[in-house]
Amino acid sequence: MSILDLDYMVGLVPILLRYLPLTLAMAAAGMALALVLACGLAVIRVLRIPGLNGVTLLFISFFRGTPLLVQLFLFYYGLPQVLAFLTRIDGITATIMGLTLHFAAYMAESIRAAIVGVDRSQTEAALSIGMTNGQLMRRIVLPQATRVAVPTLMNYFIDMIKATSLAFTLGVTELMGATQKEAAGSFLYFEAFITVAVFYWVIVELLAWCQRRLETRLNEAYRR
Amino acid sequence: MIQVANLVKRFGDATVLDGIDLAIDQGEIIVVIGPSGTGKSTLLRCLNFLERPDAGHLTLGDLDVDVTRATRADILAARRRTAFVFQNYALFANKTALENIAEGLIVVNRWPRAKAHARAREILQRIGLADKADAYPASLSGGQQQRVGIGRAMAAQAEVILFDEPTSSLDPEWVEEVLALMKQLAAERQTMLVVTHEMGFARDVADRVVFMEGGRIVEQGPPSRLFNAPRDPRTRDFLRKVLAAQPAIQSS
Ligand SMILES: Nc1ncnc2c1ncn2[C@@H]1O[C@H](COP(=O)(O)OP(=O)(O)O)[C@@H](O)[C@H]1O
Ligand SMILES: [Mg+2]
Repeated sequence: MSILDLDYMVGLVPILLRYLPLTLAMAAAGMALALVLACGLAVIRVLRIPGLNGVTLLFISFFRGTPLLVQLFLFYYGLPQVLAFLTRIDGITATIMGLTLHFAAYMAESIRAAIVGVDRSQTEAALSIGMTNGQLMRRIVLPQATRVAVPTLMNYFIDMIKATSLAFTLGVTELMGATQKEAAGSFLYFEAFITVAVFYWVIVELLAWCQRRLETRLNEAYRR
Repeated sequence: MIQVANLVKRFGDATVLDGIDLAIDQGEIIVVIGPSGTGKSTLLRCLNFLERPDAGHLTLGDLDVDVTRATRADILAARRRTAFVFQNYALFANKTALENIAEGLIVVNRWPRAKAHARAREILQRIGLADKADAYPASLSGGQQQRVGIGRAMAAQAEVILFDEPTSSLDPEWVEEVLALMKQLAAERQTMLVVTHEMGFARDVADRVVFMEGGRIVEQGPPSRLFNAPRDPRTRDFLRKVLAAQPAIQSS
């Protein structure tokens, strides 16, 4: 008897592949929404918009200060009880919502730091030749902030892909949920979970490779 | 023709510019000298509204505004009539030398890209950096960066170029090439207002030297007169100190 049931693991691959799109879709949706929200929050913080700035700080503090799993349970089980129109919220929606808010809180701070980090004298130079604030942002500040923020944002994306596995606690059958079901049927827990671990690992490595290529391209202008 | 009347700027309780009056003729080269902390940078920054003055009147070509009432449009207009050369170059790090020079033409003057790039190439030629068109600032020496900074200001075709200590951040080896470029502009009668500690440049190039202290213009005049026969004791005192540090240009 071999230590690992390799045939079982190979057979598991096509089954898990069917659930991969859902995992990736939740991560992609969460990332897109989180990016939009984070940019908004970052701009509020950079411009210190009165009123909104305080609310933003509170938002960021809460979503960074509590576990993602607690936030997911809050949205999935808790919210429908207090908001009557949400008689029920499905697990996928609750997951995307949780990922969006949780990661937006982190991403807002790194985007803010990247914007603030752009050399202030370049801002003055842009204004001195008569650029408007909008032109200054679009043409000078944001391109440079992007380069600084991209590595961190890619890391959050990688974290987010792994975090989608929490969706199975809300009854969503994604990569992790599917593995859990297969394992429960076969009792081959080790084989099942090592297989799904490799799935995540490969996805993350592929992304890390894209990240390195992207960074090389973004850094071209700054090489001495 | 540029005219500044009774310009006042305060930072909190400190009055940094205390009623500056200055008129600059077309083609005139004015050098501003004075101890540090005297408001020289603030004067230049007020002229293109990087600082908002607290009082005063500003005439820049056909623009004529009371600075306290300047609208957004007035401020943009003032900035288009003045170009700034910064002590630390302040080049756009995400743009090549060519793009740094063409940027204002494309974005502010709305020139087509090709036309702006053609003009930028002409300017690169004039500043002796034609071969660095596609180089990013990080790969240029300090002297080259400052020459691109001056090229960016030249592209603006402003009424006046404001230089705020353009050679003070440079390693000594690069100072000469930047001064040479400024002399070339002066020879072309580009109107310039230059804050500098380079007394040799002031003596050789300026039509008029302005000595500032404590937010006021203490005295001004042609360099020969101001350097050889300063009237105010503060001017005398200041010149004695700087000329002791730069003996090469002491009056002969
Ligand atoms: N943004 C600012 N806020 C407060 N004080 C300032 C600011 N900019 C300049 N100052 C002060 O104004 C005075 C004049 O500064 P500056 O114009 O830079 O002098 P200079 O260029 O002659 O050395 C200094 O005392 C400086 O500390
Ligand atoms: Mg200064």
